[in-house]
Formats: sequence, structure tokens, C-alpha cells
Amino acid sequence: MSKAKITAIGTYAPSRRLTNADLEKIVDTSDEWIVQRTGMRERRIADEHQFTSDLCIEAVKNLKSRYKGTLDDVDMILVATTTSDYAFPSTACRVQEYFGWESTGALDINATCAGLTYGLHLANGLITSGLHQKILVIAGETLSKVTDYTDRTTCVLFGDAAGALLVERDEETPGFLASVQGTSGNGGDILYRAGLRNEINGVQLVGSGKMVQNGREVYKWAARTVPGEFERLLHKAGLSSDDLDWFVPHSANLRMIESICEKTPFPIEKTLTSVEHYGNTSSVSIVLALDLAVKAGKLKKDQIVLLFGFGGGLTYTGLLIKWGM
Amino acid sequence: MADTLERVTKIIVDRLGVDEADVKLEASFKEDLGADSLDVVELVMELEDEFDMEISDEDAEKIATVGDAVNYIQNQQ
Repeated sequence: MSKAKITAIGTYAPSRRLTNADLEKIVDTSDEWIVQRTGMRERRIADEHQFTSDLCIEAVKNLKSRYKGTLDDVDMILVATTTSDYAFPSTACRVQEYFGWESTGALDINATCAGLTYGLHLANGLITSGLHQKILVIAGETLSKVTDYTDRTTCVLFGDAAGALLVERDEETPGFLASVQGTSGNGGDILYRAGLRNEINGVQLVGSGKMVQNGREVYKWAARTVPGEFERLLHKAGLSSDDLDWFVPHSANLRMIESICEKTPFPIEKTLTSVEHYGNTSSVSIVLALDLAVKAGKLKKDQIVLLFGFGGGLTYTGLLIKWGM
Repeated sequence: MADTLERVTKIIVDRLGVDEADVKLEASFKEDLGADSLDVVELVMELEDEFDMEISDEDAEKIATVGDAVNYIQNQQ
């Protein structure tokens, strides 16, 4: 039984927009082609001197401005990112340095697009166990810096942003209802950004440090995996899809989300996404979608929400939560 | 052959919303039946379910027409 809940949210996206019309000038593509296959109209792009930690710090500042309590007693910072400023130190340590909280732990999580839900899952575990009291779960990405803008099949997809959620101890009204995880390391070669090693699963890696994706295979994996896990997650909590107010899948691609919903009993109208104006922001997409829904007055206290992060690894974490603010 | 074609045709008609009469063996998914790359992925998934088989990405790439799909399925069975 959980003893934790989400108590605050903040987000940040760089001001520069990359529209479909801008992409038409860079690669052989069209607004119609992109919208039809992805549902995306624009993405935000960090400027040359703006890195993931800068975006994360802005997201935490935004959270701070909307939160009544203090963040001085945060005792753990978890940052989900695949585009850390440095190989090390971690982005979490850069966030700590900016805010100056000295009695906090700080570490990064590498779970690609599932990073935010993994972070929330860990925060719930650390707080429920009694080891921690107040954890900042941050997701930040500057995917534009690792996107190959000569590859027309992937460069239209990705954008930059950051988001933060605060998780606190609450024994009376906990917010975490159930979780599911799964991993298919044998799919490691269909979505990757190479590092020190140049092969995986016997496959020679390419990309020169940029992201490489076999879109068809990733699409197939997600459309095959998520619907069944959606049902398993609800079942674990003893709930049915009728009890669910919102479904927030990772905003990878609108067509993929439509395909997932088609294979579940849940109507697409009750999904929350950030794909249209932010593109695929990896670990950030779910917290962006949540914040858009908060600002639009759609997401309300005590609503039941199913978050589902999935991505490179391949790995996923789904969480069923009761929205706590 | 007839049975496979019938089952494949039904999947194509349902998924792409095309007229059954247009689903000819020589019809190209992309050129003639209006499918885009993601429609083809969905079709491949439905064929995998219907015929209880796995179609690898390399093989799927070679399936361009209705006849390609029917032949592939028959060769695998």
C-alpha cells in the first residue's frame, strides 16, 4: 500500500518553435505527410547554449512558483533523461547545484521514454518504505541535439522540454494505486543512440552519436505490448476501464496512440497527449500532457489516471494513480 | 489459395476501408489501396494475428501487393 502522492507539477519548453513548414525547408517532407503519420504540428527546440539541466531547472522553478510549501527539504532528486549535459556528472547534480539543497540525494535515470514513470515508481517506493519524505522527479530532454536532421523519417518527430513532479509522503490519501513493468532487451537494436560500443545483439550500430530508430518495429512493439499491459495494470488495482478518467500514454506519435486505443476498451477522446505542439519529447511527454490538462481544467483532484511510459531498451512502466492536487 | 485470399481481403477491406472489388492480387497497398507506411504495419500485425505467424521487418518490407501477402502467407504455412 502506497504512502506517497504527487503534490506539485511544473514544466518548461524552450521558446523556439520548429514547425512542419520549417521542416519542409530542411528535408523532403510536407505538413500533410507529417500530420497524417504523427499528429505533430510543431516542436520546441533548445538554443545552442541551452542544455537539459537548464530546461530541468526552469521546470523546477515553474513548479516552485505553483507550490505552496518549501522545496528546501527535498531529500532526493531523480532526473529522467537520455540527453544529459555530460556523460557525468549527472543532470540531477546540476539541478542540486543550482538550488543549493545540500542534504539531498541526486541521480539520473536512463529509461528513455519510460523515464518519468520509472522515476515516479522509484519515488513511490522510496517514500512508502520510509527512507525518504520528499522527492523531485524531473524529466528533461534536448533531443534536438541528438537528432539527425538529414533523416526525414526521424527528424520530424523529436522536440525539447522538461517537466517536474513533486512526490511527498501522505499516508491518509496516497496516490499510487498499482504499477506494471516489462523489458525486452532483445529489441535494443531497434531504438538506440550509440555510446562506447558499436554493436548490440550482433547488429552493427550507426548514427554517429545521433538517435536511430526503426519506426515500424517500435510501432509494432508498442501497439502489441501496451494494450495488454493497460488491462493488466487496471486488473492489478481491481479496476476496470470504466473507472479510469484519463489515459496518458507516452506521446510518441498520435497514430501509435490511436492504434493502442483501438486495441483497448478505452476511448481515444479520454487520452491526454502533448504530441501536437511538442512532438515526441521522450521522458517529458507524459508530464507535459498532464500539465496541459491541468491548465485546461481537464485534470482534477482525485481523478484516476493511467500513465504509460515506453521506449528504447526496450522497456516500459505503467502507473495507475489518483491525481492528488 | 481462395481461402487465404478471402481472409486477406477481409482484413484489407476492414483496415483500409476500400472496396472489396479493388482488392486484386496485383493491387499495391501504397499505390492502389491508399495505405501509408503505418497502415502497412497495422496490416502486417493483423495478418500475423489472423494466420498465427510472425512476419519479420525484412520480410514485411518486401510485401508490396496483395499477391505478395497471399504468397508470403502460403509459403510460410
